[in-house]
Amino acid sequence: MPGVIEVADLTKVFGAVTAVDHVSFEVREGEIFGFLGPNGAGKTTTTRMLTGVIPMDAGSVQIFGHDISTAPFRARQRFGVVPETSNAYADLTGWQNLMLMADLYGVPRHRAEERCRHLLETLGIYERRDQKVQGYSKGMKQRLILAMALLHEPELLFLDEPTSGLDVQSTRMILALLRGLNEGGTTIFLTTHNMDEANQLCDRVGIIRGGRIVAVDAPEKLKAAIERLHRIEVSFDGAVTADDLTSLPGIAAAGRTGDKWQITTGDADAAIRSVVAFSRERGVRIVTLQTLAPSLDDAFLRLTGEEGK
Amino acid sequence: MNMAALQEKARQAWAIARKDMRIYYLKGPVLIFGIFMPVFLFLAFYMGGRDLSPAFLLAGLMGMTLFFTSTAVSPAIFPWEGQAKTLERLAASPASTATIVLGDMIASVIFGAGVTLVTLLIALGIGLSLLHGFVLAAAILLAACCFSALGMLLAVPPTNVPSNIMMLSSLLKFPLVFISGIFVPLEELPSWGMALAVCSPLTYFTDIARYSFTGTHFFPVAADIAALAVFALAFTVAAVVLHRRTMPRRM
Repeated sequence: MPGVIEVADLTKVFGAVTAVDHVSFEVREGEIFGFLGPNGAGKTTTTRMLTGVIPMDAGSVQIFGHDISTAPFRARQRFGVVPETSNAYADLTGWQNLMLMADLYGVPRHRAEERCRHLLETLGIYERRDQKVQGYSKGMKQRLILAMALLHEPELLFLDEPTSGLDVQSTRMILALLRGLNEGGTTIFLTTHNMDEANQLCDRVGIIRGGRIVAVDAPEKLKAAIERLHRIEVSFDGAVTADDLTSLPGIAAAGRTGDKWQITTGDADAAIRSVVAFSRERGVRIVTLQTLAPSLDDAFLRLTGEEGK
Repeated sequence: MNMAALQEKARQAWAIARKDMRIYYLKGPVLIFGIFMPVFLFLAFYMGGRDLSPAFLLAGLMGMTLFFTSTAVSPAIFPWEGQAKTLERLAASPASTATIVLGDMIASVIFGAGVTLVTLLIALGIGLSLLHGFVLAAAILLAACCFSALGMLLAVPPTNVPSNIMMLSSLLKFPLVFISGIFVPLEELPSWGMALAVCSPLTYFTDIARYSFTGTHFFPVAADIAALAVFALAFTVAAVVLHRRTMPRRM
């Protein structure tokens, strides 16, 4: 079965800088695909090329089998976009913004009104529908943007940092809605910095660095791939230095966060034994000791070369 | 393109025009500008109009009003929307660049033609006779399209700073007024002045407006209409083609 999004050798050059460098990947029907990368890695440029907002310099993008360069309108009819920056019209009301989208996507008036009411009620902003968007809070604006992207019932949704800077209530509401949409069959392409979010939501993630894809896989597989090194978190009731810990057998590195030491080791068993022996010899008690499974953060930092920066 | 696709594009363009009117045109200051500008221009013409007839002055005033109002807001819409990131929303929708440009033009045509009616009311109010109403109505519509397209053409440079575009717009608009037979009758222009006048679409509209009120004209009316149509088409095509190129650079 062909992918919902098929990207081959996608390239974008700005002057002397290659922002996106022969990127290829596929997003499958019904999955939530996370697109991760540090600032300036090329995430937003890639997303803008996928949605046909900016032209590509080389490569191809197929959305539901439609080439975004040659048949952009057929492709756009089937996806919705939630950009990073809230871009509802501030001088229009929430309702007017939604009806504008209905007209642009060809949703019949009666159906559009039903959808507007349903989405605004689901997102908790129906009571504010006749208020101009300039009076909305950031969370309300983001919920409206999501409603605007969903009005025409797209089969594919592009989201760029949808919960960035939002309060807990708005974040939970949006994430719950995304899960519900995905369960209903909507494919989701999610650009995010939030590793927890990616870890909880995504079936697969693609990691981009310096304009190139460095990994595409399920979060658990990415974590497993970097499990060569383990982490142990330990706290003591007395003074201990990094040198004390790194001089112990089996410990590769030690860093302090608050009152806890995070130890990196290739052999967790040997490191724990060393730490226990060290505490006995130095007469400092171990307050807490736990092994930490690698997180998606770790995988991300390792794969993007940001670890230790 | 089939009929259904054309209807779809027309509906999208009308939706964009309605949005423009709500956001950019139906504002107190813009409407006040629209109503008072022709009134003040009329007073300026009337007081400084030497020994020119009221019909001559009103025809020129109508030309200036339509020209300035049709190009007043349209050049700034793309920069404003680029700045507010709302252009990205339109660009990611099924509306094409041509549809967005046409939608902006429709709003500008309605505003320009609407305000020009104020000038027409002034003309009728001071007792001028409208000799060729149908020709004038057709010319207003055609010229509003032409000037709106010119406004969209002025918006082509991919800057998201509206003041830059407005500066460029003023640099072009004001000299055009002086070479279009508004202050000096075409028949009194020197040969170099006439060479410039034929390059300005405003010349042809002013000529038709004079014909509508006085019955006299410099060019044949059909030539005026044809010239306006050619300018409108050329400006529209150029605006669409050039915006297609520069719009991605606003994102």
